[in-house]
Amino acid sequence: MRVALFVTCLVDGMFPEVGQATVTLLERLGITVEVPLSQTCCGQMHVNTGYAELAKPLVRSYAKSFQGYDYVVTPSGSCAGAVRHQHPALVPGQQVPPTYELSEFLIDVLGVEDVGASYPHRVTYHPTCHSLRLLRVGDRPLRLLRNVRGIDLVDLPDAHSCCGFGGTFAVKNPDVSAAMLADKVRHVRSTGAEVCSAGDASCLMQIGGGLSRTGTGVRTVHLAEILASTA
Amino acid sequence: MTFLGMPTAPAGVGQLRGDRDFPSAAKDAVQDEQLRRNLGNATATIRAKRARTVQEVPDWEELRQAGAAIKDEVLAHLDTYLQQLEAQVVAAGGTVHWARDANEANAVVTRLVQATGSTEVVKVKSMATQEIGLNEALADAGIAAYETDLAELIVQLDHDKPSHILVPAIHKNRTEIRDVFRREMKGVPADLTDDPAELAEAARNFLRQKFLTARVAVSGINFAVAETGTLCVVESEGNGRMCLTLPETLISVMGIEKVLPTWQDLEVFLQLLPRSSTGERMNPYTSFWTGVTPGDGPQDFHLVLFDNGRTATLADPQGRAALRCIRCSACLNVCPVYERTGGHAYGSVYPGPIGAVLSPQLTGVKENPSLPFASTLCGACLDVCPVAIDIPSMLVHLREQVVQQDPHRLEAAAMTAVAYAMSSQRRWTWALRALRIGRPFARLKRLPGKAGGWTASRDLPTPPQQSFRDWWAER
Ligand code: SF4
Repeated sequence: MRVALFVTCLVDGMFPEVGQATVTLLERLGITVEVPLSQTCCGQMHVNTGYAELAKPLVRSYAKSFQGYDYVVTPSGSCAGAVRHQHPALVPGQQVPPTYELSEFLIDVLGVEDVGASYPHRVTYHPTCHSLRLLRVGDRPLRLLRNVRGIDLVDLPDAHSCCGFGGTFAVKNPDVSAAMLADKVRHVRSTGAEVCSAGDASCLMQIGGGLSRTGTGVRTVHLAEILASTA
Repeated sequence: MTFLGMPTAPAGVGQLRGDRDFPSAAKDAVQDEQLRRNLGNATATIRAKRARTVQEVPDWEELRQAGAAIKDEVLAHLDTYLQQLEAQVVAAGGTVHWARDANEANAVVTRLVQATGSTEVVKVKSMATQEIGLNEALADAGIAAYETDLAELIVQLDHDKPSHILVPAIHKNRTEIRDVFRREMKGVPADLTDDPAELAEAARNFLRQKFLTARVAVSGINFAVAETGTLCVVESEGNGRMCLTLPETLISVMGIEKVLPTWQDLEVFLQLLPRSSTGERMNPYTSFWTGVTPGDGPQDFHLVLFDNGRTATLADPQGRAALRCIRCSACLNVCPVYERTGGHAYGSVYPGPIGAVLSPQLTGVKENPSLPFASTLCGACLDVCPVAIDIPSMLVHLREQVVQQDPHRLEAAAMTAVAYAMSSQRRWTWALRALRIGRPFARLKRLPGKAGGWTASRDLPTPPQQSFRDWWAER
């Protein structure tokens, strides 16, 4: 089984620890992960901002980068969603291996729910819109987290509500985005968690930015990092 | 602006455009704490109610797909069904009028009211007449239009605008409503409290006078059945039923997309609408009428069919599904953006997710360029829509039109530059290394320009020493 990691542009440039954790986790589960370095971005930001034409070369290069692999796995529900839902309409007829978001890959392909992790912290989980509503990952991330040793997993109130990031939305509509974020931050705080986790670095960047600005002391940690941890 | 040369809704009449763009109107709205509390409470309640009643229906998904399929069939053969509807209404003793746009529709209705000699009309709650600005047009002709839906009446008395499709006064709480009644309603007791029963009683006394004296009623419609020419209004209060039965003359105004082929199709929608809209299994009042019935109800019936940008919307294969909308407002109630801003920020009678795709299509995107961007694309609207309109994909499609028709040079240059960097492994590797330059700035609390929108309420993440790809290459 040939497995490639699609690390995503945001993780590659800003949150490399998420990509590293994904590699650590998959290797611990006996998977040989390959990272074709010709990969860059799924093109979602361009498409969702109205620049679909500019995204087309990125969509083609995605297919080329991952040609020949059996599976592509990515630590992002949003990018997996873009690959599965936007790419076929933008450039029809490309041969691309199936792209899985991390929790889907672990549960649906590898068939594991207990990845042997240990993480002795109080954690709350934000399920992210595209994982929920584009990919329909359901409770897969929570099933994985419930099997982590030492974790104290607490429910996030109004969890399914968007954090307000929305890519360029956060810049085009900063006030509405901030209002949504304020509610998310309030809910995270109400859980008393030390850590807010999610399966998308972009949502975590938004939530983390709000948590840090309001001096909550709550950290944001990607799902992959918790599942990779054996602390 | 036109799409494939079809005329869009004219400017200067009706309510499809705001006087400000969405981000600036929304900025004021989110700062109104009272508004946000009112909206948060109201939408949370109705969301929960909808979820409960929808979940009871085992074949909900099949019903939705049926609803979507029926609407698509209508849109594909709109000419046929509209002509059938016209023939049946005329055969049943009604008169049918066609209007290309808001101005023509308003002129027709004004003329019809003037012909009766009346200077007053009572109105059934209707989105169509709000869209075309009928009340204002009638007022210009010296005709007073009285809204009889409680929430619509509150908005009218307060000289305000509706902010929700189903609950036009959702932005007001009980105390604010009491204040409006005390100030604007003739004959209301000075010690009126904000008890819902008292407020309803005050409105009832006020409206009863109108019902008993009005000789003309104006309504919208929820559905029109082509096979028999029957019209249908669905409501909760019964005030609509009063308007539809008491006056001598009834004028119904509808957008051309509201027609359904058969009664059997209606069965699907009468299940979908109440559960999606008020979260009820069935709405309290469903009124049907077919032309004129001698000796029973209005003896003079007119149906006004208007386009106002619908044909232009129909011409776009990726946008036309917006015309499936049955105005249930479920998408508003689940929208995280609508929940924070309320309806006024959208500048149109159609707010929320459906407004963000419908208003720009009716007016042409050039006149509503900020609305397609008023969404995080979280997808909550698509999940609840009873006719399965893929609003997120439609928003993305309309954004593309905005970028083409109303280009923003700086943004386009930035997007092109990023795409250029991303289109080569070597350039991308260097671009990510260059991010390190940003490390000292990560502590800044205020960035200039557009980026200031981010730092106004969030900290920036610190770029790492090393990108993932450089780490991988070294490994
Ligand atoms: S778009 Fe769908 S959910 Fe929104 S008002 Fe129309 S029918 Fe209801």
